[in-house]
Amino acid sequence: MSSDQPLVLGIETSCDETGVGIVRGTTLLADAVASSVDEHARFGGVVPEVASRAHLQAMVPTLERALATAGVRAADVDAVAVTAGPGLAGALLVGVAAAKAYALALGKPLYGINHLAAHVAVDLLEHGPLDEPCVALLVSGGHSSLLMVPRVGGEDVVELGATVDDAAGEAYDKVARLLGLPFPGGPPIDRLAAEGDPDAIAFPRAMREDGFAFSFSGLKTAVARWVEARRRAGEPVPIADVAASFQEAVADVLTAKAIRAAADQGVEHLIIGGGVAANSRLRALAQQRCDAAGIRLRVPRPGLCTDNGAMVAALGAQLVAHGATPSALDLPADSALPVTDVLV
Amino acid sequence: MLVLVIDTSSAAVTAALVDVSGQATVRAERVTINARGHGELLAPSIAACLSAAGVAPAELRAVVAGTGPGPFTGLRVGLVTAAVFAATLGIPTYGVCSLDALGDAGRDEPALLVATDARRAEVYWARYARGARVDGPAVSRPAEVPTDGITAVAGQGADLYDFGVPVRPERYPPPGSLARCAADRVRARAPSEPLVPLYLRRPDAVAPGAPKAVTP
Repeated sequence: MSSDQPLVLGIETSCDETGVGIVRGTTLLADAVASSVDEHARFGGVVPEVASRAHLQAMVPTLERALATAGVRAADVDAVAVTAGPGLAGALLVGVAAAKAYALALGKPLYGINHLAAHVAVDLLEHGPLDEPCVALLVSGGHSSLLMVPRVGGEDVVELGATVDDAAGEAYDKVARLLGLPFPGGPPIDRLAAEGDPDAIAFPRAMREDGFAFSFSGLKTAVARWVEARRRAGEPVPIADVAASFQEAVADVLTAKAIRAAADQGVEHLIIGGGVAANSRLRALAQQRCDAAGIRLRVPRPGLCTDNGAMVAALGAQLVAHGATPSALDLPADSALPVTDVLV
Repeated sequence: MLVLVIDTSSAAVTAALVDVSGQATVRAERVTINARGHGELLAPSIAACLSAAGVAPAELRAVVAGTGPGPFTGLRVGLVTAAVFAATLGIPTYGVCSLDALGDAGRDEPALLVATDARRAEVYWARYARGARVDGPAVSRPAEVPTDGITAVAGQGADLYDFGVPVRPERYPPPGSLARCAADRVRARAPSEPLVPLYLRRPDAVAPGAPKAVTP
């Protein structure tokens, strides 16, 4: 093994994506993902049992696809990393069991890692090593957090704040449903918003100026009330304006707090990760505000922002390179794993 | 001709190494009763079997896995472990209906009922005539299981419900029987089989109706 450029296979099954990624150090070799999102669409959200069944079915084919794409044999990898949490318990368990089987069959070290820390570390694959501390904004269907990260890929992470109710992506899904748009709500709202006026409706920006926690539940309800009032009055609902104004409220709060957190921590770098980081308005507003504040912004390309195995491998490779202690074979899946536990 | 045997269809987290060259001979086994421990216990149990038998994974000919029926979350741990273990080593996998292993253990019975805990006041069951399955697998309320003419019952379901016939000692799929059920396929080097879980129930999920109004 080249100790600073280890070949690491990463497995991710915390939600509805079965991901297997392979990296060498910070170089991406393969990123195979099988998604069960279409099976969940009619339920308006991810159904844990449906996701778990899909993970079992997809695991070996996805693993084989990743190895073939990377052009490596199973026995070539130096280590196996897997998302140990947070996420859906039954879904996590499929990936954790798969990773243990791989490690045990081939005598490889196993690293059970934190999904949220992996969303930050994946940026190393896109933008290369970062030798300075940063603030990370993680936004997805299940999480919305601001983190202080002394070293990307390191074992220390400090949580500055998280959502007190809905995750940002969850608010997107609920607003999409209200507007008659498909699940997941992010992409259709983003598309519609491009045709609407972001200043048409002044939706609330909860806790914009206080602390680093988020709240999106009130925003979702405010959108519902506004739309219901229109419908009751027999007036048409300008859904592009609603989408644009809602999206503006979300992007405004997320970026305002992230910039303030970076200033507060005295860091010059901001990383944004998670599925919502694929949102065009969030990316544009973050860039604009970072430029104004003199902060350097790093956002991976959309395909690396959503859940995948490459991000798990990316974090695993950093842990291996820095001599972290591997996990035990009785590694548990922890649906509520705190973000401060980077390695289990 | 050594095979790794895995079954997580019940509260018994089962791993074993069985030689299927002649009569199925169990070389090492670890069976732990823990209905919520499959995820944490299975891999260490396999490691313990390999170590106890002094066998390296590369010496294994195949992986034999119980495909249920059984509680879903635990069942998946065993099947994904078996599938990935075999795939990384390039060896075949063979599935065995977990109830068939209990049927095999009771192959001297002319009419055996196998019943295991399906939770929700139901059992997974199948019927066997001298080891051959003649009905099931299915999931039913105990009162709805056809018990006409049965001579004995095996499986953990017998501890939970009274089927009115003698109860055999086997509660969980015995490792040697799991291997026996697949031994012909292992010896014949039959093509590897996808391990398809016997869920027997659909996921509990209902499509939502229209969103509820938030305005009073």
